Amino acid sequence: MSADTETQPTRVPDPNANQGMEFSTDAYLDMDLLRFLTCGSVDDGKSTLIGRLLYDSKSIFEDQLEAAESASVSRGDERMNLALLTDGLRAEREQGITIDVAYRYFATPKRKFIIADCPGHVQYTRNMVTGASTANLALILIDARHGVIEQTRRHSFITSLLRIPHLVVCVNKMDLVDWDQETYEKIRDDFEEFAARFEINDITFIPMSALTGDNVVNRSSNMDWYQGPSLLHHLENVHIAGDRDMIDPRFPVQWVVRPQSDEYHDYRGYGGQVASGVFQVGDEVVALPSGMESKIKSIDIGGDSITRAYPPQSVSIQLEDDIDISRGDMICRPNNKPISGQDIDAMVVWMTDQPMVVGKKYTIRHTSNEARCIIKDLHYQIDIETLHRDESAEKLGLNEIGRVSIRTTKPLFYDPYRQCRITGSFIIVDEQTNNTVGAAMIIGETK
Amino acid sequence: MTQAAESISNYRLTHLKALEAEAIHIMREVAAQFERPALMFSGGKDSIVMVALALKAFRPAKFPFPLLHIDTGHNFPEALAFRDQLVDKIGERLIVHEVQDMIDKGMAAEDPGPFPSRNRAQIPTLINAIEEYRFDALFGGARRDEEKARAKERIFSFRDEFGQWDPKNQRPELWNLYNGRHRMGENIRVFPISNWTEMDVWQYIMLENIEIPDLYFSHKRDVVKRMGQWVPVGEAPFGPREGEEVINRTVRFRTVGDMSCTAATDSPAATLEDIVAEVAAARASERGARMDDKTNEAAMEDRKKEGYF
Repeated sequence: MSADTETQPTRVPDPNANQGMEFSTDAYLDMDLLRFLTCGSVDDGKSTLIGRLLYDSKSIFEDQLEAAESASVSRGDERMNLALLTDGLRAEREQGITIDVAYRYFATPKRKFIIADCPGHVQYTRNMVTGASTANLALILIDARHGVIEQTRRHSFITSLLRIPHLVVCVNKMDLVDWDQETYEKIRDDFEEFAARFEINDITFIPMSALTGDNVVNRSSNMDWYQGPSLLHHLENVHIAGDRDMIDPRFPVQWVVRPQSDEYHDYRGYGGQVASGVFQVGDEVVALPSGMESKIKSIDIGGDSITRAYPPQSVSIQLEDDIDISRGDMICRPNNKPISGQDIDAMVVWMTDQPMVVGKKYTIRHTSNEARCIIKDLHYQIDIETLHRDESAEKLGLNEIGRVSIRTTKPLFYDPYRQCRITGSFIIVDEQTNNTVGAAMIIGETK
Repeated sequence: MTQAAESISNYRLTHLKALEAEAIHIMREVAAQFERPALMFSGGKDSIVMVALALKAFRPAKFPFPLLHIDTGHNFPEALAFRDQLVDKIGERLIVHEVQDMIDKGMAAEDPGPFPSRNRAQIPTLINAIEEYRFDALFGGARRDEEKARAKERIFSFRDEFGQWDPKNQRPELWNLYNGRHRMGENIRVFPISNWTEMDVWQYIMLENIEIPDLYFSHKRDVVKRMGQWVPVGEAPFGPREGEEVINRTVRFRTVGDMSCTAATDSPAATLEDIVAEVAAARASERGARMDDKTNEAAMEDRKKEGYF
């Protein structure tokens, strides 16, 4: 396999090379972080694709490879089973399935990547939603022989529902369709047609073969008709800095830093992670729910002061005035506040066998706040393959998704999920089992 | 555009700072959601980084939890000296719970055989510490890149009253929302640096200029070749075994566990920069130097289910 030297990434994979990637210390300290989601089943070549990314970026070590090889031999597999590198639990290896989200890590000199590797089948929708909640980008695999199938639609819907900003459609196994341009273009057109119904802003299509490596790390010489980047090149360069909201300052207070010492007698720092927007020393701020206003006196990390805090930094904010603020409160700007209210509509993904029923009370966790709520109404359940809305639904079962109205015991300070994934999301907790049973994306106030 | 607005639009957070922010958030969440947390401290580099992160999360106040060391009695003397020096410097509380005490009381047993590892005996010792101090949350420095079973473990990892992990019954973890609700007697293990790799840890140590024990840097040491690895030898019971030849080599440790189960690697790396370059070029995983994981394919999963970290 030869590669186009013009566009190929700087690093040529060579499994025999006894040296690592050329990290210079300065470059490493200047890398950023991309979290992406892969969804699909073994049949799509997902494990092969992840295996190749890890192996070509030298993120799989020799002893891990040996362990997978010897396990393959003892299982009687004919060739090295790449899934053994990724399937972590005994039950998964024994049954040859992926049960849970597995997190994988690799880095190139440009970026560090966190892969949330999710199982693809419908019974694992909740696992995919979990992996999707923190992802900047989703990879959807399509088998070039089969084109857009039901699973593709389901994964695209979840990508859109969880508002993952970037989507890469990997049209895989191109080697099995003779690298045919028409096949690829038909799949691309099919996908674009149904994806028009979703809110996904940035979609990139890449024809590839994970098995042979074409267009994974290096550009393929088998598909001269394709002018775009290889997958790794795209992952390294996709612009993610603009994904964060720098406009609407939101700071949920997590913890009050209060030293019991003479030296810091008057120190009272509000610890938390910036959810969105930028906070600057001197900014006029307001604390919710009290509505008390003050100015930012200092912003510290571990006792060192900085002048500005950006998302998702974890800092301590000190205010000029001694106002009463505690965990669960929100610091924002007087002229830019989140919605405050107790009657909220949200899209809910149900995550447990015991169905969600209207009228039942649950605990919810929203930012650093905890409240109780009652399920007031289930407007419809949505069929994630057809997008059909079933308005007669009376409950939500495991892996089902619907639009729900809740009423909370106290006001929440929230934004629509489409504006902010942190202040726009909450989890639902069962009060008997303490389990996390639902994930919710806020639409807005109940009308 | 004003200068401030311009710098805001160009703002970019490096991956180390993003990982740091996540870890601080997790630590504060535990401090807020639990009554009696503790931070597991071994003197190894991961737990040293955890202490550095706790300083960022809680200074200028004291930590809202003590440090807890499960002392196997097989530690490197250098690691213990470092531990005491660090605790003294930061002025935090350290609780030491000893495996030997548990063995003396008959609550833990030495593994059979002439050269027992105390890996398993740590489990009842840890559980005893949890019961004695009624800890409901323990911070650990485990990372998901270390081992396959860990790749699927939550950041908030629930244990029943026997300290057991049930991999098939884990709570979904979404966004940055952590559900710490628990019953009396239940406890969680929390892994704030789950998403860090070995490389990230070293880079962070370098970036933040964090002090670590000399064991991690190249030095001359007496070792023997055992199971294909350089095993350090010292005072009994860590002397050479029959037929083993003691060699003085230039080595360092990539990971520091018990003397009985940590192998050294040949290395001239004398500075953090050297170590980072070496880690970048490494072809064997860090846990490859831990003989305790090689017993069988699911060794870690089995020990975790019993209550191991």
